[in-house]
Amino acid sequence: MTPQLALRVAIVGSLALIMFAAIFFRLWFLQVLSSGQYTAQAASNIIKHVTIPAPRGEILADDGTPLVTSAEVPAVEIAPQSLPVPLNLSDIEAHPGSQPAKDYAVYSELAKLLNISTKPQSCKFIIYYTAGPKQYSPRLAQIPCLVAQGIANSQYANVTIKTDVSQFVYDYLQERLSIDPRLQGVVPTEVYLRQYPYYQLASQVFGYVQPLESTEVHDPNFKGANSSDVVGQTGLEYEYNQQLMGTDGYEAVKVNSANEFQGYGKEKPPVPGANLKTSLDLKLQQVGQRALAESIAKNSYAGANSGAFVAMNYRTGAIYAMGSLPNYHPSTFTHPVSDKTWASLNSKASGDPLLNRAIDGPLPDGSTFKVITATAALQSGIWSLGDTYNDTGEYVFDRNEPCTVPGNCLHNSGDGASGVVNLEQAIQVSDDVFFYNLGDLLNQGDELQVWAHRYGIGEPTGVDLPGEASGVMGSPAYVRSLDEQEKECETATGIYSYTNGDGVFSAKPEAGLHPSPLQPNGCGIALKGGTSTWGPGDNVNAAVGQGYDEVTPLQLAVVYAALANGGSIVTPHIGEDVQTASGTILQRIDPGIKRNIGINPVYLNAILEGLHAAAQSPGGTSYDVMGSFPRTVYGKTGTAQVGTDEQIATNTEADDAWYACFVPSAKRPIVVVVSVEKGGFGDVAAAPVAREILSQWFLGRPGKYVTGTATTGKNST
Amino acid sequence: MSISPIERAGDTAGQFTRSLLRIDPLLLLGALGLTACSFVTLRGAGYHSEADKQLMYAGGGLLVALLISRFDYTLLREYRYFLYGLMIVLNLAVFGFHSVNSAHRWIPFPGFEFQSSEFGKVLLIVSLSAFAVERSRRLSERATLARVMLLGLVPAMIVMGQSDLGDALVYVVIACAILFFLGTSWKHLTALAALFVVSGAIVLGVAPALGLHVLSSYQLQNLTTFINPPATCNATANSTGYQLCQGLIAIGSGGKTGVGPVHATQAVFGFLPAPDTDFIFAVISESYGFAGAAIVVSLYALLIWRTLRIVTMSKNLYGTLVAGGILGWFMFQVFLNIGMTLGIMPVAGVPLLLLTYGGSSVFSTFLAIGLLESIHVQARTASAGKARVLIV
Repeated sequence: MTPQLALRVAIVGSLALIMFAAIFFRLWFLQVLSSGQYTAQAASNIIKHVTIPAPRGEILADDGTPLVTSAEVPAVEIAPQSLPVPLNLSDIEAHPGSQPAKDYAVYSELAKLLNISTKPQSCKFIIYYTAGPKQYSPRLAQIPCLVAQGIANSQYANVTIKTDVSQFVYDYLQERLSIDPRLQGVVPTEVYLRQYPYYQLASQVFGYVQPLESTEVHDPNFKGANSSDVVGQTGLEYEYNQQLMGTDGYEAVKVNSANEFQGYGKEKPPVPGANLKTSLDLKLQQVGQRALAESIAKNSYAGANSGAFVAMNYRTGAIYAMGSLPNYHPSTFTHPVSDKTWASLNSKASGDPLLNRAIDGPLPDGSTFKVITATAALQSGIWSLGDTYNDTGEYVFDRNEPCTVPGNCLHNSGDGASGVVNLEQAIQVSDDVFFYNLGDLLNQGDELQVWAHRYGIGEPTGVDLPGEASGVMGSPAYVRSLDEQEKECETATGIYSYTNGDGVFSAKPEAGLHPSPLQPNGCGIALKGGTSTWGPGDNVNAAVGQGYDEVTPLQLAVVYAALANGGSIVTPHIGEDVQTASGTILQRIDPGIKRNIGINPVYLNAILEGLHAAAQSPGGTSYDVMGSFPRTVYGKTGTAQVGTDEQIATNTEADDAWYACFVPSAKRPIVVVVSVEKGGFGDVAAAPVAREILSQWFLGRPGKYVTGTATTGKNST
Repeated sequence: MSISPIERAGDTAGQFTRSLLRIDPLLLLGALGLTACSFVTLRGAGYHSEADKQLMYAGGGLLVALLISRFDYTLLREYRYFLYGLMIVLNLAVFGFHSVNSAHRWIPFPGFEFQSSEFGKVLLIVSLSAFAVERSRRLSERATLARVMLLGLVPAMIVMGQSDLGDALVYVVIACAILFFLGTSWKHLTALAALFVVSGAIVLGVAPALGLHVLSSYQLQNLTTFINPPATCNATANSTGYQLCQGLIAIGSGGKTGVGPVHATQAVFGFLPAPDTDFIFAVISESYGFAGAAIVVSLYALLIWRTLRIVTMSKNLYGTLVAGGILGWFMFQVFLNIGMTLGIMPVAGVPLLLLTYGGSSVFSTFLAIGLLESIHVQARTASAGKARVLIV
């Protein structure tokens, strides 16, 4: 062997050595150092998890009666990946308006079986891209539309075509599935459906459930939910979704690279959701709802169309009953909701049945507010116990001008005059002129606003329900902020949307937004140009729960609870505890007392005296309703003028009726607030409902409907 | 002819026994060990009939190899024109037959498919080495380099025309290996290397940019994916990337001792591409883990070590060049295939020597083993003769 060959052999030998070293190092790295990662990937290659939905927990009454339950019902789904021509997101993107003919054969077979229309109609769905959502609206028959919507929402999940199918159809599908190629991709299954044994009872309080949408996945209340899960969208269902939802299980299926079934893997059973025990009293809830409906019906001649009530433990804030009318049947949402139904559920014409008026949609509460004015007047020292006021039937702002000058004079409701009254008597007869005077006196400082805030007006009560309104306490600062919004809106160049209680408006026409109908007069948030100013008249209005004042029934219940319990602001709550199916308590719900407003007990007693006289002494505003009730009742009527300034001035719009009351009791403490929109006088429309609730609570029966006749307690100009 | 007079005098039977005794047992052991590994792996992965056929091909190949080892390989030098011509004809003949996946690689015979490019490797080695030996005295001439290279490139282009990039590269490597062991000057070798780098850059980079596609887009993807592998194993995005990635999952999930052939889900459930051919090393790694893969790699190391040793032993230049050509072929194919499966080399689709299922490949490899054994026997015999002459 020549030296040259020896060198070259050595070079090749070294190359081989390097080569084998590289192979060994790489093998060691892959098989020893990174083995775990690859083992997991190999497992995920063959194991596909099929979600087993967890049954949702029940919502229970205080005595354990199930109010909302879950039941397993037969359903039919389509697995888009298993159709004769498998479908995924890219197929839908490429051909939003058509799907393969072989799949249509399956759809038409299924449509026949389930009695679903095959007529094409407009089908809307949104596909989310990193650049943003893109809406598609092709014309598709119902089943392909559901499939397209399902894939757009979550491309690997099965699409529910129909729940609650008959057992016959379910059995038929189970039997035919393996032998009938026209049913390829159809999955007969069982799903849990929300059941409502008491139908529309407390529907806004419970809320409804719907499948998780792709826009909702980041909501902390939906953490851990799978794309196929049904989640609480409103009410307690939303608030306690984490507890009620449970944890889905899965069935592990082994598949090969062609996704063909190869066997079963480990199964993880679902963990059912926990039950939510509430403080709701089933009987009280039923009675309240029925009485409110009766009152609305009786007063519909005046325009009554909606209302709300709250019954609450004034010491703990536990809510015994809460209702809002009109309401809806939550089972509407256990099936896909058509656009038409959805629009109707959200329209003013049908009375906004989804709105929980007890916590949302705050309104002026009229004379029920007077207890706050009284507290502020006494505590600030501008009024002393024993001081009297001579009510001549009119309150004059400028004594040098006659009452013919518009806005210079305010009158009592019914235009009567009470003569010389003290504070207790003023509360008893709901003397407006007396409180106008207090409002005027209090305008020297901000004591009215300070005490209103202490009572919780203008802030959410913190009840365990979503969508609670804060309400409004009129003040110079609030008027300034409205002016600023008005200016901002009027000078806006782009889309400017705002709500003034009537919906969303825009300074410029825009899809989905409308130019303000008040455009010629500005945006309608405040006076045109943002020129509103706070004057004594505003504080006078505020003193009787009018003007800017906006309060929810629940907020008012908290105010009267504070009067009943000696000044503590409670945190209202419906949930009592979260418990397992067998009753083991997992979580207690006791938000406790927020604060004490620090009212002088002597002043409090004077107010209570007035409230008791108003309810149960002859001459009191609700005496004809509450006078005969066999318990000590403290109650105040409210008759609030609503509508535009013009409507109020001409008195052409029916008033909102309010009633707030409580009955001291060591064992069964209760505060009740009732509001009937456009119900007229508080004593006529609201107090009778409160009486039935109190009667059911203390006597175990609602008693008969006692109609009030008192027409005082209304603020009028 | 360099057969010694003493050998000539011996009887034929004794001569055969003696030549059998003079073969390299370790080389044969390596080849047979790999054959056994192939059989076990194919059966384990469910390729029962393939495993049996593989054993049959190897058995036939072994017999032919033993037969070849008995003859003096130097005789083949005389037939260099015929052998080279045969190789060209066989490689051209495939174009006359039906294509499989748009690739012409096989000549159908009753019972088996004959892959010309595989046999062509052996034919190229023996003929090209003979041409090279002729030019060995004019080594400094550029023409020597050019001729030998050209004789290698012509069949390589034909094989590339069969859509067989991997085997075409093997032909080029064989030509280079022969030149290398022939003693071509470093200057020429450097120039050659530079030429390859430039043409590689043109084929992979410049030509596609100008719109001229020397390689099909999938071949280009095969060659470049390992540099920039896709982040996820997605079947639709990049098929080469998907295959590589599934291969890595198979190898990695094997761990130290493997999951056993029954639980090798990557192979059994069809996630691995071509588990019986190109990706068989991944199957071994998944089923038998680092231990199994290490045994296989060690057997290749044995094979290559013995081949390298035979290069040094050869009694003449022709033997050195034949053994060198085979060495280049073996090393290139082993490293390219295993490197591809391990994600450190581009995907060129060369079979893994003796492990990959395929009659032509196994048989050709055994032909090469036979040639190596012949070189070994001849060298041993020559040195034994020398020794005996010395003693006498």
